[in-house]
Amino acid sequence: MPGFDIAAASLVGGLLTGGVYALVALGLTLIYGVLHIVNFAHGALLMVGMFAAYVLAARFGIDPFLAVPLVAAFMFCLGWALYRFVIGRVSRGEDRAMLLATLGVAVVLDNAALVIFTGDTRTIETPLTFAVLEVGPLLLPVGKLVACGMALLMAGLLWAFMARTGTGRAIRAVAREPEGARLVGIRPDRMFALAYGIGVACLGAAACLLLPSFYVSPSVGENFVLIAFTIVVLGGMGSFPGAVVGGLLVGVAESLGGLFLGESLGPITISLMFILVLLLRPTGLFGVAR
Amino acid sequence: MTRVYSESKVKHLTRRGALGAGLAALAAPAVLRAETAPIKLGLIHPVTGALAFSGSQCRAGAQAAIADINAAGGIASMGGAKVEAMLGDAQGRPEIAASLVDQMAEGGAHAFVGCFASALGLAATQAAAKYNLPFSIDSGLVDSLTTRGLGNVFRLFPNASSVSADAMTALDTINKKAGSPAKSAVIVHEDSEFGTSSAKLTAAVLPKIGIEVKELIAHATPTRDFTNVALRIKSEKPDLVIISDYQNEYVLLARTLVQQRVDLVGTYSVAGGGFNLKFAKEQPTIAEGMMDFNHWYAPKNPRGIAFRKRIEDAGLTLTWEILFGYFAVQLLADGWSRAGSAGKEPTIAALNSSTFADHWMPYGPTKFTNGQNSGAHAVALQIQGGDMHVVWPDSFADTPAIFPRAKT
Repeated sequence: MPGFDIAAASLVGGLLTGGVYALVALGLTLIYGVLHIVNFAHGALLMVGMFAAYVLAARFGIDPFLAVPLVAAFMFCLGWALYRFVIGRVSRGEDRAMLLATLGVAVVLDNAALVIFTGDTRTIETPLTFAVLEVGPLLLPVGKLVACGMALLMAGLLWAFMARTGTGRAIRAVAREPEGARLVGIRPDRMFALAYGIGVACLGAAACLLLPSFYVSPSVGENFVLIAFTIVVLGGMGSFPGAVVGGLLVGVAESLGGLFLGESLGPITISLMFILVLLLRPTGLFGVAR
Repeated sequence: MTRVYSESKVKHLTRRGALGAGLAALAAPAVLRAETAPIKLGLIHPVTGALAFSGSQCRAGAQAAIADINAAGGIASMGGAKVEAMLGDAQGRPEIAASLVDQMAEGGAHAFVGCFASALGLAATQAAAKYNLPFSIDSGLVDSLTTRGLGNVFRLFPNASSVSADAMTALDTINKKAGSPAKSAVIVHEDSEFGTSSAKLTAAVLPKIGIEVKELIAHATPTRDFTNVALRIKSEKPDLVIISDYQNEYVLLARTLVQQRVDLVGTYSVAGGGFNLKFAKEQPTIAEGMMDFNHWYAPKNPRGIAFRKRIEDAGLTLTWEILFGYFAVQLLADGWSRAGSAGKEPTIAALNSSTFADHWMPYGPTKFTNGQNSGAHAVALQIQGGDMHVVWPDSFADTPAIFPRAKT
C-alpha cells in the first residue's frame, strides 16, 4: 500500500493533469452545446495545435506557454474557416452530415500531419521542464502548476465571455433557439462558425499547455479525445462548470486509480465513475434535461 | 523503380506499337537487348497508424538498398537485373499484411521484406509460405518468426532470446567492471506481450548476476502521466531502473524520473522504444547517460559512418529500423546474386547456405539455422554528449561506458 506522501502527490498530480483535461473538454462541450454535434475532429485539431506549438518552440524558440495567444488565435481562424467553408457547407444544417464532415476533417488532418511530420514522436525541453516546487515532501512540477492555473483561468474567461458579453449571449441564443435568434437579427451560421472557432481555440491553448509535459505525433489526439468525451458526458453535455469539474475528477480518478489499482488496471476507474454517473444521473453532474 | 501496390496501371500494347517496339529493340545496342526483367520485391510495412514512424524507417532503409543495388548495375549474375519495389502499407494490422502478400504474389513478387512488428511479420510470413516465396525479416523480434518450420523465412538479425541473453551479459560485464554499484533494480514495462515477456525474462536473469529485483511495475499503453510510477520507484530506492516500453511512454517515464529526482546508478532498457538519436538531441538533460541494449551499426566501420552521414544528409534520423530495412534487402540481393536467379527455390537454397558478409553491422559470420542467423548480436548503447555510442562488446565499442551515470 502506497504511503501518505505518495498518495498526496498522486492526488495533487491528478488535479494538475485534470485542469488541462478540462480545457480540452471545454472546446468539445462548447461545440456540442451550440451545434449539438459531437466533434469527431477534436483529437485531430488538438494534434494540429500541438504541432503548431511545437513548430513555434523548435523553429522560433517561443516557449509554449508564451505561445498560447498565438496558437489560440491561429486555431480560432482554422476552426472558423473549417466551419465556414467545409463543415457548414457540406452539412447544409443537417446534424448527421455535420458529424460525418467532422470525421472527414479528422481523416484529412491526420494524414496531412503524417505526410508533413511523419509518424515520429517529438518532444521539447523548456526552462520549466525540470523545475519543481517543494511543498513538504511533495515535488510539484512547476510546468504542470502553470498549465493547470492557465487552463482554469481560461475556463473562467470563456465562461465570462459567454455569460457577460453580447456575442456570448448571441451564441447562447442560437444554441437554444436558432429560429428565434434569427428573428431578432442574429445570423445563426455566423454564430455557429464563431462557436466552432472558439472551441478549436480552446484546443489550441490546451495544446500549448500540454506540449511541455507530453509529446506530439500525428496520433497524439487519440490519447485525449476519449478522455474529453468522458469528461463532457460526466459533467453534463454542453455544461462549462461540468467540463471543469469533470476534468478535475477524471484527472484525480486516473491518478489515484493508477496508484491503488496499478497503472494497467487504473484506467478502469474513469470508466467506472462514468458508468455510475450515467446510471445515477444520466444528464451528467451539471447537465439539464431538455 | 518503385510501384505503390494496387495503384499500378496496366498499359495496353497495340499491334502497331508492338511492331514498333520490336523494330526499336532490334535496332538498339546489344547491351539494351540483354537487359532482363526486373526483380519484383514486396516491401510490407506499417507506414500509417501507430507504428508509422518505425515502419517508414524500415521502408526508407529498404529503398536505400534498392537504390544502391540498381545504381551499382543491378544483379550482375542475372544480366544486371534491376530490383523494383512494390510498396504495401500494412497499417499495423496483421490481416492487411497477409492480404498484401497475396496481392503482391499475384502481381509477380519474387520475394518480400517486412514488416517491422512481430505480429505483422507472423501473419505475412505465413501468407508468403503458401507460395514458398522468400521472406527476409527486417524487424520483429519474436523467436517464433523462424521457429514455426517455414522454410521461406530468413532473419539476418537477432531474435528475442538472443537479445535478452546478450543484454544481461552486457549489463553484468559493465556493472562488474565498475565495481558492482548496481545491486537492485525496479523493472517498468508496458503491459502487452512485448513488455511483459521481456520483463519476465529480465526478472528471471537479474538475480543470477547479483541484482535483486525489487518490483515489477506494469503500465498500460498509452499512459499519460508517470508521476505515480516515479514515486513508487523512488520509495523502493533501487540502483537501476530497467525499462521495456514503446517510444512515447519511454520518453515520458525518463522525463518524470529526472523531474521527481529519482536517484539512480543508471537506467537500462532492452530494445527501448524511445532510445534513439532524436531523443538524445531533443531531451539532452534526460537522455545523457541512459543505456539501452539494441541494434546499431559497427561505429568504427568507415562504411557505417558514411551511411549514417548519407541518411542524415537526406534529412532522416538514423535508427536501427533503417539499418534493418537496408540489410534485409541486401541479404536477398546477395542470395539472388549467388543463385543467378530470382526463382524461389534457387533463392531459398542460396539463402540457406548464405555467408553474407558485405555489411557493417557488429555481427560475427552469417550462418542460417532454420532461417535464423546465429551470428547476429545486438550491442549495449549509451548516450554520451548528445550522441549514441556502443559501449559493449569491447570488440565493437567506440567508447567505454560511464557507469554509474553522471548526476543530472
